[in-house]
Amino acid sequence: MELCDTPAYELAVLLRQKRTTATEILNSCLARIEAVDGRPGTLEPQPATLPEDAGKVHAFITLMKTHAMQQAQAVDEKLAAGEDPGPLAGIPVTIKDIFCVRGAPATAASRILANFVAPYTATPVTRLEQAGAVVLGKVNLDEFTYGSSNESSAFQPSTRNPWNPERVPGGSSGGSTASVAAGEAPLSLGTDTAGSIRQPAAFCGVVGLKPTYGRVSRYGLIAFASSLDCPGPVARNVTDAALMLQAIAGPDPQDATAANVPVPDYLAVLDEGVRGLRIGLSPDYFRITYPNPETGEMEEQPVPEEMTAAVRRAAKLLAEMGAEIVEDVPMPNTRYGIPAYFVISRVEAASNLHRYDGVKYGYRTPDAQNDLRLMYRRSRGQGFGPQPKLRILMGMYVSAAQYSAQYYNRALKVRSLIRRDFDQVFDRSGRYRLDALLTPTTPTTAFPMAAVYGNSVMMQYADQLTVPANHAGVPGLSFPGGLAADGMPIGLQLLGPDFSEATLLRIARSYELATESDAWRKVKPKVLR
Amino acid sequence: MTDTISRAMFDHLVDLAALELTPAEAEYLLQQMNNQLKSIAELVAIPLDEDTPIASHGVPYTAEMSPQLRLDLVRPCPNVDEILAQAPQVNERYVIVPDIPHATLE
Repeated sequence: MELCDTPAYELAVLLRQKRTTATEILNSCLARIEAVDGRPGTLEPQPATLPEDAGKVHAFITLMKTHAMQQAQAVDEKLAAGEDPGPLAGIPVTIKDIFCVRGAPATAASRILANFVAPYTATPVTRLEQAGAVVLGKVNLDEFTYGSSNESSAFQPSTRNPWNPERVPGGSSGGSTASVAAGEAPLSLGTDTAGSIRQPAAFCGVVGLKPTYGRVSRYGLIAFASSLDCPGPVARNVTDAALMLQAIAGPDPQDATAANVPVPDYLAVLDEGVRGLRIGLSPDYFRITYPNPETGEMEEQPVPEEMTAAVRRAAKLLAEMGAEIVEDVPMPNTRYGIPAYFVISRVEAASNLHRYDGVKYGYRTPDAQNDLRLMYRRSRGQGFGPQPKLRILMGMYVSAAQYSAQYYNRALKVRSLIRRDFDQVFDRSGRYRLDALLTPTTPTTAFPMAAVYGNSVMMQYADQLTVPANHAGVPGLSFPGGLAADGMPIGLQLLGPDFSEATLLRIARSYELATESDAWRKVKPKVLR
Repeated sequence: MTDTISRAMFDHLVDLAALELTPAEAEYLLQQMNNQLKSIAELVAIPLDEDTPIASHGVPYTAEMSPQLRLDLVRPCPNVDEILAQAPQVNERYVIVPDIPHATLE
């Protein structure tokens, strides 16, 4: 196995045993990037498409090769001097280009921030660096994270799915999950506002963890919906996700919502098994409700049989290992997650996007030298793509004085109902007393490029099974659960009570062990075959 | 009955949002907003008790888990020039903007 395909926790051991160096690990990742990534995303690439773009991953916007080489060298020097270089020493990590890293562009995949160079570093990135990780570069995403496919990025070509480059990688952390799936880096830092870590993790066959809201600091994260945004790890296996969460979690004086809750030792309990844990299955997560694209009427459909079968098989394996499976758990407000999200996230996004005005930083139009108001309108009109514009306008509409009671206040009340669903099933003295819910992560596998993009309603419904956790603030973990008939990965999701990441990781690790010898685990993404 | 965003309402929002749109963009955005509104209409049908609380966060922040607020102290910024260098137009460390046109208040 090449170093770039080796799990982070194994690399950490190899490094300490002096069987490899941080520089060798980095060179292996750089060689993989050279082989599979193709040209990085840019504004208006000339020409727009090249024959050699086909079959490439296009995960990167900014490859920070020199910076990464310096960091790897520093790790090697520490090791040579007998110093402790940190738990993630020499592990390359990609960063979703929505986080600030001092001295590097922070584009949010938008023209309006294309020329912005971050003057400070986000807390989760600082913590990764303090743990010895090597920051390899900034990876692509949907513009300002607004999407579920990566196609809305202003930096084209947008990221493709390593399992089939004709399919989307999911989003918005599609650059993160694709870079990890393709072996360009063992770890990536993503964000999840409605499923933006878990959905692309499912689509790309990797592990993605949305921690409890407040578990990981948002300082240095370019805000989308401030009450929903969660930074979290993307990895190829559960142990690596635990290793990364250990490094980035915890209180932060720079973020008043970073909860003052001690961080447990995630690795210490990872192999404790599932005996005695109560894991629920809810019929409300085996069906989706969505508007018919023709009529607009709401329709209900079961999730595809192969997704249901993957969840059922996981439940059976976990039961054989001693977990108690609880059937028919009611989560009746799941279906309202997307309508409520349409309101809450838009209001928060509109508020956060008002700061981009062409004055202090970012894009300013060259076409309005003598009129401030025209400069605002043109800079924002030319700088934002369609998805940010849509969120600004919708957010302003649903929060307008005459509509806010009907929409915004109502959505915030529905958010309470969604939270109540989780409180009731996780209540220690309640009827269900669950440790976790087991569900499919997504209603489908990765869809073809251009199949959904442009239809903002259908794109949003890709997050139907992930968004309730964001409303409720609870943690959610997506992990690979097999391959579908179309050859694309299926993601399984665990949802748990606040700050129960250790339990979710434990359950997923047990499943990983139980399926270790499954044939699908030997199949590689198409770009690596 | 679903509300519909009229063209006049849309134009008003565009003005408030300080966005200059092409006609094609405006048409696409208005259509998408009305499609989203149909989905949002589901919320209106949900029976809600008068006393259902609003939730601004999912996780309830107790006193123990809420971090202490930082003291409101002035701190020197170590990289003022680096930050000023991000501004599109600067003159002697002042950020420059185009003229603000005079408008007669109605």
